Amino acid sequence: MPSLTAIGRYHGRRWRDHLATALAIGAAGFGLTWLVLILLVLVVKGVGGLSLAVFTEMTPPPGSAGGLLNPIVGSLILTALAVLIGTPLGILAGTYMAEYGRYSKLTMVVRFINDILLSAPSIVVGLFVYEIMVAQMGHFSAWAGAVALGIIVIPVVVRTTEDMLLLVPSTLREASAALGVPQWLVIRHVAYRAARAGMITGVLLAIARITGETAPLLFTALNNQFFSWNLNAPMASLPVVIFQFALSPYEDWQQLAWTGALLITVAVLGLSILARALSSKKVQV
Amino acid sequence: MMDAAVAGRDVALVHDEAKRAKTLRRFNLGDRTFKVITQISAVTVLALLAGVMLALLHGSLLTWQTFGLDFLFTEKWNPVTEKFGALAPIYGTLVTSTIAMLIGVPVSLGIAFFLTEISPERLRRPIGIAIELLAGIPSIIYGIWGLFVFAPWFQATVQPFLIDTFANVPLLNQLFAGPPYGIGMLTAGLILAIMVLPFITSITREVFDTVPPVLKEAAYGIGCTRWEVMRRVVIPYTRVGIIGGVMLGLGRALGETMAVTFVIGNAHKIFPSLLAPALPSLRPSPMNSPRLWATSIPRRSLPWVSSSSSSPSSCSRQRGSC
Repeated sequence: MPSLTAIGRYHGRRWRDHLATALAIGAAGFGLTWLVLILLVLVVKGVGGLSLAVFTEMTPPPGSAGGLLNPIVGSLILTALAVLIGTPLGILAGTYMAEYGRYSKLTMVVRFINDILLSAPSIVVGLFVYEIMVAQMGHFSAWAGAVALGIIVIPVVVRTTEDMLLLVPSTLREASAALGVPQWLVIRHVAYRAARAGMITGVLLAIARITGETAPLLFTALNNQFFSWNLNAPMASLPVVIFQFALSPYEDWQQLAWTGALLITVAVLGLSILARALSSKKVQV
Repeated sequence: MMDAAVAGRDVALVHDEAKRAKTLRRFNLGDRTFKVITQISAVTVLALLAGVMLALLHGSLLTWQTFGLDFLFTEKWNPVTEKFGALAPIYGTLVTSTIAMLIGVPVSLGIAFFLTEISPERLRRPIGIAIELLAGIPSIIYGIWGLFVFAPWFQATVQPFLIDTFANVPLLNQLFAGPPYGIGMLTAGLILAIMVLPFITSITREVFDTVPPVLKEAAYGIGCTRWEVMRRVVIPYTRVGIIGGVMLGLGRALGETMAVTFVIGNAHKIFPSLLAPALPSLRPSPMNSPRLWATSIPRRSLPWVSSSSSSPSSCSRQRGSC
């Protein structure tokens, strides 16, 4: 026979449960609201400035018409170079850690430092490259920017490569080793093949990460008002141009900044959705 | 695949010792070369990443020698008399990060609770992905959005409200004093809170999923409500993982530069009011010589952040290899 206090306690518990549920739903709504608000503002403010000129003309001096051709090309060049620098190094290092030296001291040290750098602020990498390249060479250059972004790519690729290779069942490797295939061919033809989707995902995530990076480029690639293929000279990039134009008092520059922001966000979100689609098809991380 | 096929045929067809020995040598050579290449890469990565950290220490040496530990506790930043102190940016970093964590942690836990226990199965994936997309938005976007959209709205509505409401409450009127600028530490903290949400949520969610269903079902079986299961079973079971996620979020908040630069106001002075401007710990401005490296040391002093945050994925690693 339930007493009155027991019923009261039951109501209290139920009320608390309802409250917690409501708060949790509210929290989810809170998070989603910001995403929608940010994307909405980007589209509303960015689409207005979207035109062919954005992709075909240089960044203008304030007060005249122009586009974002040089920062777009600059961003593409810097990103491509960074991926070319960072990916092979990262994949090979990850391969060593997962395949050859799984339990070696070197692996443990690399893993530790890699994990720290994975969550390190990117501006620190910019400072490092400033010290070893810009200060030594005496001028800012696209090379320095690419190296800075490359250093940001490395930890992401090392981590995903290692994780993905460790997920490949050892029986697969043992089966091909039993056929007499040497280890390096086992790695190349069995392990890489099994882990390919995950490794590509890692590279895509790394690209998505460096596409929006501003801080490390400020000290390295700087910016360039003009079109330039010269890797030894400063080079424009979208994030830095957005930074500069958004904080300027000129309305046409601010409009270009919003358009650039829309472009970058679409590119980055597209890349991360692509990466997610790729990884969900294969092994779940 | 070609090489493997050729290699296989070679193994099958070797009749004479000489040919066999040659193939084996080739295998051996390839094996050794590949191993050495990967090993060199691992060492290179180590050297590069360790170089970043050593360069930080080395680069800041001049500061430590000149100002000593006082650097951390001096507010002055005067290029003319060459007197520098990092207290103002450290203060700005700590206050904004604290605000971010105060808002971000409960909300992230709420979202993770929602995604693991409350949400209908069909909505889990899309909502989870949407929250994680918040992590994909580049920080500079948060910056211009915060400066041009959020700050004006904040200035017109929330800040006057806060100032009026707490005007007669002691202590709180110090925190919410002064004219509503729109930008300032509170705005920066709020934007940081939105930025750390996805990181804390995804880790917490991952560790919530590791709770054995038997434990939860046992609790439900004796009549616990959802909230009680969460509070008494899930959270105690996953405490370490949650702390790891919070630390990862804290690391992000402390290290964020671009978004904060836009909205914090960049004043080299310490104001008690949360509505006043401050300085993020490292301002990417040409006026500050990048050689004053020491300001970036405080944010680097969290090496345990990543080692604790790596725990969820190391369990997935174990699962995979078993």
